[in-house]
Amino acid sequence: MTYLYAAYIATWAIHIGYFTILLRRYTRLRNEIAELEGRTDLQKLK
Amino acid sequence: MKRAFPILAVLTGVLLSYALYEALVVAPTEQTMGNVQRIFYYHVPSAWTAFILFFINFFASIVYLIWRANKADMVALVTAEVGVVFCTVVLVTGPIWARPVWGIWWTWDLRLTLTLVLWLIYVSYLVLRRFSSSGQTPLLAAVLAVFGALDVPLVYFSIWFFRTQHPQPVIGGGGSIDPRMLHVLLINWLAFSCFAALVCWSRYRLEVMRRDLDETLALEALLEPHGSSTRTSHTGSAG
Repeated sequence: MTYLYAAYIATWAIHIGYFTILLRRYTRLRNEIAELEGRTDLQKLK
Repeated sequence: MKRAFPILAVLTGVLLSYALYEALVVAPTEQTMGNVQRIFYYHVPSAWTAFILFFINFFASIVYLIWRANKADMVALVTAEVGVVFCTVVLVTGPIWARPVWGIWWTWDLRLTLTLVLWLIYVSYLVLRRFSSSGQTPLLAAVLAVFGALDVPLVYFSIWFFRTQHPQPVIGGGGSIDPRMLHVLLINWLAFSCFAALVCWSRYRLEVMRRDLDETLALEALLEPHGSSTRTSHTGSAG
């Protein structure tokens, strides 16, 4: 049973790991978009 | 479409939970291997899903080579990345299954070696896309993908035409399977296919956002007075 659980846990660890990477990329992208929008607003004010 | 995503995510979650229950509780225990054989319900559907994703990558790359369609390039990138994740699952669960059954973690058997080569080809594809700053990167990646896809049928048919340590295919090959096991296998495949589609969708949306941002940054750099630009556009597609 140890090998069975190890395989199932490893499978989900890989998928969750990849999902975490996607989530981090998404957060970084959102921050960059927000920064860009902020900069554009500042230019309009000037 | 944005509203459909959470609904599909919940449905996929339910399907994956049901598939897990079927694999661990409902599926009959195999006589010679015992409970460790249940790894089969994760190992095989992951392999099939990876193969399908690599085939989609192949067709999207062909479409890109012919029509230079950006959408096809994005589909190729997304399917290669998610395919590598599923192929990693295959390469990790395989040795965990082999250890108690064969007594070894790994052997340089034809099927195993070709699967490792397949994984390396698509990892190279992603590395190329991530680190190449050439404008020709999508084209080079598409050519690599077309040649890389040749390994998929080699992996699949290696156990048909050569004597290998790996068992025969359960469907369409020399092997046979209990109908209840086949039922559980197909449920797990359906669940993993839905999960893969969902992950591909998320990754595709992320790629669209990233390319839009790159375009905006490039446009901004062009419009700004010379020398005042503080930002540079991203390079590479997998980042």
